[in-house]
Amino acid sequence: MLSSKASCNSHGQDSSYFLGWQFYEKNPFDVVKNPAGIIQMGLAENQLSFDLVESWLRKNPDAMGLKNKEGESVFRDLALFQDYHGMPAFKNELVEYMAKIRGNKVKFDPKNLVLAAGATSANETLIFCLADPGEAILLPTPYYPGFDRDLRWRTGVEIVPIHCSSSNGFRISMHALEEAYERAQKLNLKVKGVLITNPSNPLGTTMAKDELQSLITFAIHKNIHLISDEVFSGTVFDSPCFISIIEAAMDSNLERNIDVLSRIHIVYSLSKDLGLPGFRVGMIYSNNQTVVAAATKMSSFGLVSSQTQYLLSCMLANKKFTGKYMKENQRRLKRRKEMLVSGLKRSGINCLKSNAGLFCWVDMRHLLSSNTFEAETDLWKKILCEVGLNISPGSSCHCSEPGWFRVCFANMNQSTLEVALRRIKGFVERSRLNYQQNMGGFSRRLLSNWVRKLSSADHREEQER
Amino acid sequence: MVAISKIATGNGHGENSPYFDGWKAYETNPFHPTDRPDGVIQMGLAENQLCFSFVKKWVIEHPEASLCSAQGVNKFKETALFQDYHGMPEFRQAVAKFMGKVRGDRVKFDPERVVMSGGATGAHEMVAFCLADPGEAFLVPTPYYPGFDRDLRWRTGVELVPVVCESSNDFKITRNALETAYEKAKEADLRVKGLLITNPSNPLGTILDRETLKGIVKFINEKNIHLIGDEIYAATVFMEPEFVSISEIIEEVECNRDLIHIVYSLSKDMGFPGFRVGIVYSYNDSVVSCARKMSSFGLVSSQTQHLIASMLSDNDFVDSFIVESKKQLFKRHKYFTWSLSRVGIGSLKSNAGLFIWMDLRKLLKEKTLEAEMDLWRVIINEVKLNVSPGSSFHCNEPGWFRVCFANMDDHTMEVALLRIRTFMLKHNEAMVPQKLCRRSSLKLSLSRRRDGFMSPSIMSPHTPLPQSPLVRART
Repeated sequence: MLSSKASCNSHGQDSSYFLGWQFYEKNPFDVVKNPAGIIQMGLAENQLSFDLVESWLRKNPDAMGLKNKEGESVFRDLALFQDYHGMPAFKNELVEYMAKIRGNKVKFDPKNLVLAAGATSANETLIFCLADPGEAILLPTPYYPGFDRDLRWRTGVEIVPIHCSSSNGFRISMHALEEAYERAQKLNLKVKGVLITNPSNPLGTTMAKDELQSLITFAIHKNIHLISDEVFSGTVFDSPCFISIIEAAMDSNLERNIDVLSRIHIVYSLSKDLGLPGFRVGMIYSNNQTVVAAATKMSSFGLVSSQTQYLLSCMLANKKFTGKYMKENQRRLKRRKEMLVSGLKRSGINCLKSNAGLFCWVDMRHLLSSNTFEAETDLWKKILCEVGLNISPGSSCHCSEPGWFRVCFANMNQSTLEVALRRIKGFVERSRLNYQQNMGGFSRRLLSNWVRKLSSADHREEQER
Repeated sequence: MVAISKIATGNGHGENSPYFDGWKAYETNPFHPTDRPDGVIQMGLAENQLCFSFVKKWVIEHPEASLCSAQGVNKFKETALFQDYHGMPEFRQAVAKFMGKVRGDRVKFDPERVVMSGGATGAHEMVAFCLADPGEAFLVPTPYYPGFDRDLRWRTGVELVPVVCESSNDFKITRNALETAYEKAKEADLRVKGLLITNPSNPLGTILDRETLKGIVKFINEKNIHLIGDEIYAATVFMEPEFVSISEIIEEVECNRDLIHIVYSLSKDMGFPGFRVGIVYSYNDSVVSCARKMSSFGLVSSQTQHLIASMLSDNDFVDSFIVESKKQLFKRHKYFTWSLSRVGIGSLKSNAGLFIWMDLRKLLKEKTLEAEMDLWRVIINEVKLNVSPGSSFHCNEPGWFRVCFANMDDHTMEVALLRIRTFMLKHNEAMVPQKLCRRSSLKLSLSRRRDGFMSPSIMSPHTPLPQSPLVRART
């Protein structure tokens, strides 16, 4: 009756990543109305710097109130503007902003920039341009759960994971890369490219120049594409500084340059760096003119609202504002991340050392009852339902080792994070106690009584504040 | 060189059609009343520009609807964060209400069934992805909007099988034509999954009468195939007979509602193509669920949802807008068709849309596609009007052209008519009555009002115009 796409599961929403969100939505934390509710730590959003944007808006009402510098209404022009090449003023600002994030070490040409409705749409469009149904893209694990939908669902393209492990900080080894390629060959899947996320989601780490160059060499050798999803590039708050794939490619010797650049494509968005996911501003950057031409036509299926292009081109044009925003935003992210890391450490929980992103990759292997994904799922359910934190289990990110969790820190205020840290501490202490008293078995009922008592203690603490 | 996909290298984007060639001619030499008075006038773009002053007034009077005003900025944060693919409840409610009003409140729409998409372009592709697998087919009555070749087929791999309609009965969709198309698909080993109708029709500007609609619903029920009703021109019905929507017919005819889906947009009815507000409204719960997930690929900007929710919740504004828009369209349509008839050019009798289906069959040297292309090239290069040839709409009969009339101001309309008259005079050697000249000069002086219509921003979706203020790069 319907298409197979409509009836299958490739939309990926049966993953624990999304199930956790559903739990959260049924019982969301609110410091006043629902202090025992679930705290959302599974959503990588940046809410730390809105006050900066709002203050800019208040200072610039006329420029934004649908009037241009001459005070004339631009409403009509905006309402009619549907050119899939995008607003030139907006694209000019975007390439400058992208260059600024990369310390102006690279320059971008607005003609090579294609707008899309969010990185979700940009990633899908790029795959439509580079691969045919049944072909494959290699992705290092762990990776963003949304890729299962964005890259595969309607395109019919397969994902073959490159298994990375904690033994080397989840870095992409040449061995893992080759092994993934071989695996794809054995499955009769033609590999068309490698997609990396840099800075990484969910790891929060950036890649070194030599790593990037090894990937480029691999891509040239296998004659495949290299996609770099750099949506978190503006969230790098600590050293080492961010190195874009384009910068690494520029370093290659000149003869190969054109060939190299024709196979490298960047995906970017304003959802993470500027914290504007609702506005749906995504983009593809490529030096490959055939890809740019095809992607531009495809962008008809998800153009950026002209109203939004106009608002953001005005905002990004103010260089003083963007400079100040970038610095302050990174400072706040660093501070918030350190709060999470030190809070977790006090509960005996470590995080992967990270310098970017809106989340930490948290090591809870020692809390697993056994080194299995079943145990990870059990732990996840406990943390979701008993502790009341929606965090994302590593298995939803296709991590090959159980026990890792992605925990977001930038989508809440400080006091909510403090509540979350207290809950984790309480949970870890109870688990320790539970383990110590588990000689003959601690009955479930007692455990839940404890949980109830402790969470109402939590409650009282909130009310007392 | 590294290989890319077949989709990217193929021609499925459909831009090699003459529909777009005319635009290219326009883009290299666009008309401007003072800077380029001999340029090509764009009559190939179905846009509704007649009611902007009306809307602008509302926008100015409601600063809270814009996030960027002192009154609206307190909503900035929650709006900027809102990426829920369910869409803002107030947005869905406002859209559902608007859709009802456009249908004279004869039916009610459920906000829970309103799914967002990247314009009607995104909506059509999304519906195709939901209903059909690669290699399966939709039936589409001809003549149809050229964009369907891309929107429904390009990335989906779905095929389109034409339901051939004839001028002999004013291009009505007959049972016979539907059956013939269905059989043709079967012979070509194509599994038909649905029928797509555009009502009001693009390019015809006509609406489907009740009996035809009932017949269509009966047909799809019998064949157990989906019915997709593209109703994006619903509010452009400016004259009797009254618009009848599929949503009304399914209340009158026994039918499996799981087969019924409507595509809507604000691009034509409100004239907001830039805001990318597309809607899929399905009576099938599974399709709503699937489409909602797919809408992630083309959500409406929350900034725009906020504006539209405000605007369309204002009942007084909406009621007067609908009336005013129809009035302007009626006026423009009447004047345009009357002026054409005075020089011997007829068009299909129409009561909706932003265009007319002009009949130039008698100007063809012979009844062939080549002759139509020859005539079209003359119209573009000598008469300097970008009109769209019927062949680009898959019309089975040469000599028809779609001509848009709502995307220009009065002055530009006069210039276009003058050129047409001149051209016809050369061909017919007929005298133009004196009355016509006096009336046209009156029109010219009236149109010099500074109400925004003199703005030179007549846009092509493909290449930005040098004149547009939005296109002038700002440093």
